[in-house]
Amino acid sequence: MGELKPTRQVTIEGGASGTSGFATTKLEALLAWARKWSLFKYPFVTACCGMEFMALTSPRFDGSARFGAEAPRFSPRQSDLLWVVGTISQRQAPVLKRIYEQMMEPKWVLAFGTCASCGGFYDNYATVPGIDKIIPCDVYVPGCPPRPEAVLDGLMLLQDKIQRGATGDRRPGIVKPREDPVRDLVQLRKKSSLEQGNS
Amino acid sequence: MSQRVLETLKEKFGDAVLETHSHLGDETAVVSPERWKEIARFLRDDPSMAFDMAVDLCAVDYPDRTPRFEVVLHLYSISKRHRLRLKARVGDAEGEKAEIDTLTDVWVGLNWFERETYDLMGITFKGHPDLRRILLYPEFEGHPLRKDYPANKAQPLVPYRTEEEAGVPLDKLAPFGPDEGMPFGRRVFAVDRGES
Amino acid sequence: MEPIDLDLEESELELPSEPMHLNMGPSHPAMHGTVRIVLELSGETIVKSDVQIGYLHRGFEKMCERGTWNQVFPYVDRLNYVSPMLNNVGYALAVEKLCEIEVPERCQWYRMILGELSRISDHLTCNGAMAMELGAFTPFLYYIKAREMVWDILEEETGARLTHSFGRIGGMAHPPTPALKDMCRNAIPAILKLVEEGEGMLLRNRIFIDRLENVGAISGKDAIALSWTGPCLRATGVPYDVRKAHPYLKYDEVDFDVPVGTRGDTLDRFLVRLGEIRQSARIILQCCDRMPDEGPVNVDDPRFVFPPKRDVYTTIEATIQHFKLVMEGAKVPKGEVYSYTEGGNGELGFYIVSDGTGTPWRVRIRPPCFPITQGLSELINGGMLSDIIPVFGSLNMIGGECDH
Repeated sequence: MGELKPTRQVTIEGGASGTSGFATTKLEALLAWARKWSLFKYPFVTACCGMEFMALTSPRFDGSARFGAEAPRFSPRQSDLLWVVGTISQRQAPVLKRIYEQMMEPKWVLAFGTCASCGGFYDNYATVPGIDKIIPCDVYVPGCPPRPEAVLDGLMLLQDKIQRGATGDRRPGIVKPREDPVRDLVQLRKKSSLEQGNS
Repeated sequence: MSQRVLETLKEKFGDAVLETHSHLGDETAVVSPERWKEIARFLRDDPSMAFDMAVDLCAVDYPDRTPRFEVVLHLYSISKRHRLRLKARVGDAEGEKAEIDTLTDVWVGLNWFERETYDLMGITFKGHPDLRRILLYPEFEGHPLRKDYPANKAQPLVPYRTEEEAGVPLDKLAPFGPDEGMPFGRRVFAVDRGES
Repeated sequence: MEPIDLDLEESELELPSEPMHLNMGPSHPAMHGTVRIVLELSGETIVKSDVQIGYLHRGFEKMCERGTWNQVFPYVDRLNYVSPMLNNVGYALAVEKLCEIEVPERCQWYRMILGELSRISDHLTCNGAMAMELGAFTPFLYYIKAREMVWDILEEETGARLTHSFGRIGGMAHPPTPALKDMCRNAIPAILKLVEEGEGMLLRNRIFIDRLENVGAISGKDAIALSWTGPCLRATGVPYDVRKAHPYLKYDEVDFDVPVGTRGDTLDRFLVRLGEIRQSARIILQCCDRMPDEGPVNVDDPRFVFPPKRDVYTTIEATIQHFKLVMEGAKVPKGEVYSYTEGGNGELGFYIVSDGTGTPWRVRIRPPCFPITQGLSELINGGMLSDIIPVFGSLNMIGGECDH
């Protein structure tokens, strides 16, 4: 599965100035490929989602090993993927920020579960409404807790993002639900709120 | 069975037992806060009571009453298998002077329960060895479980990032607006009273 | 070799020393809860410790005061997220006690089956995670495999793997599926076999035993004084189990034993949990034999129970009833009640106060882990630094429950 296909996503820039542009982008793609298959994770496990995280690493789903993200590093300095698994309370927020700051570049953050993504239904004095209020976040995996399959989707979204590199689309990825009963409703609301904003 | 406990209490302490009732199998005695510790010590040490375990301690806020708070203690006797709910009413209408004696020297296990009640409800336990906040952080102001504390008034320790810093939208659109579906939090008037 | 300085006495040759302060947590690899322990160390011995919780305080009790009585169920799920059904059942029983209703017999058996499945899942997770933190990764994988089997049944029944939100006031969200009994009868032997295999790997391992035996011991008297309940109290030899002492549901009609330990050390707590898995399996099999296949699951009381969905769309009475239950919530009579059940970690109490409206005035949970975590400091003081991990693991501190 690890077949090297760097040319597929390489965009040739600065071709007019010679071959150097070509070589740089190719190296970037190679680095990105290496990075996306060897993510060292730091599990910042706080709450309920930790149980699904255990299930994800266990034999049935074998979620992280198949993507080269199996080995956990319990020092933030050695890891490049921060899994924020569970609710972040206001008391926990400085800890999370500090751990994120201790990590070396390049680093990515995966918000595991609704609480980490947006605070979930804990809309109160104690809970941070989403880790993106404190640190940048690359992939959101909603679900309370998300099924391991959804987390695998999130991991693949992250891999795509890493492969796109610094020049590609930097917006965070959001795992889509398999079936979205309120999708139409949400889009209607978005549409109406946009119209109201414009008028 | 626990009815006997209530009768003994009334006999022994007379006026200090303000009120007793028995409802759905739960026996309750409301006692005067001045003799809180004395009654607790009696309940633990008397062989016919033998309440060796303090199961739970919490407080309930009734903003319309004076005294405003009820400190509720649940006791259980492992040997006699009976239970008792002991209450004391403290605090004035503004939530000040909510003080009661600590029971940590009667039941060691109440240490954290008292800290929690202090933290969330703001009841001071006189003589507690280590009365710090336990669930919230020291910088937190106010006591969230009081009815006049707004439920969503957060006091962040880390300043939130703004959308300019992040470069991506941070506010998520809820699938249901406040005008659709369940009016979650109908007690809005009661909750907001503290803000005005 | 001669001393460095001949003029000095021997004692003066020692370097001055002061205790070292060490901060463990709140994000520590070997602790699966969010807890912070500030330690004062002399060498490797713990002199003093300060356990700080609250890193997962999510305002459960405040949130309960905002919705209706039925809207508390999702929050209850996430208290002890390793055994959500036990919390669901505990809360439902508390509200039913205040409303003075009793669910039909079929529902009682159903609640027992789901609750005991949750208890198995809880104990498997606790023991597995503790073993993993001590370096035994294989038994952890075995236990998680067994837990997946439990979760398969629960998912089939409730629709969710972990947070079911399946309890309702006066019944359950759905009646049991026809396959429930067969699934349980097939899965239980497989789960017990996996438990046995994992147990064989651990209990015949000298290193594992040495790290647990006589570590973190506590006497029964001290444990009672600290308000301990559940497996941790039973490990000290006190046979207090709410299911036996004050039976609720149908626990007085099934045959099961209460495993107790003798020394109250970490090994005893481990063994008590293993014993309880077997007892839970016994209870489930008995429930499967005795649960009727037909009959109502919800009480026939329109004040609390939602009407069938089919009627809501066709009859005006059911529509009004549904509307009132959703918009105003079930009106729970005025009063207060303390209800206690046996949760995964001990006595799970709910003290609820109602002012007669559809919204709870106060929902107070008595979390079993809270006093247990309080005792942690006592258990580790005077011990070695490395003993914290097995002791903490065996207490099974669940952040959501302990920090509300």
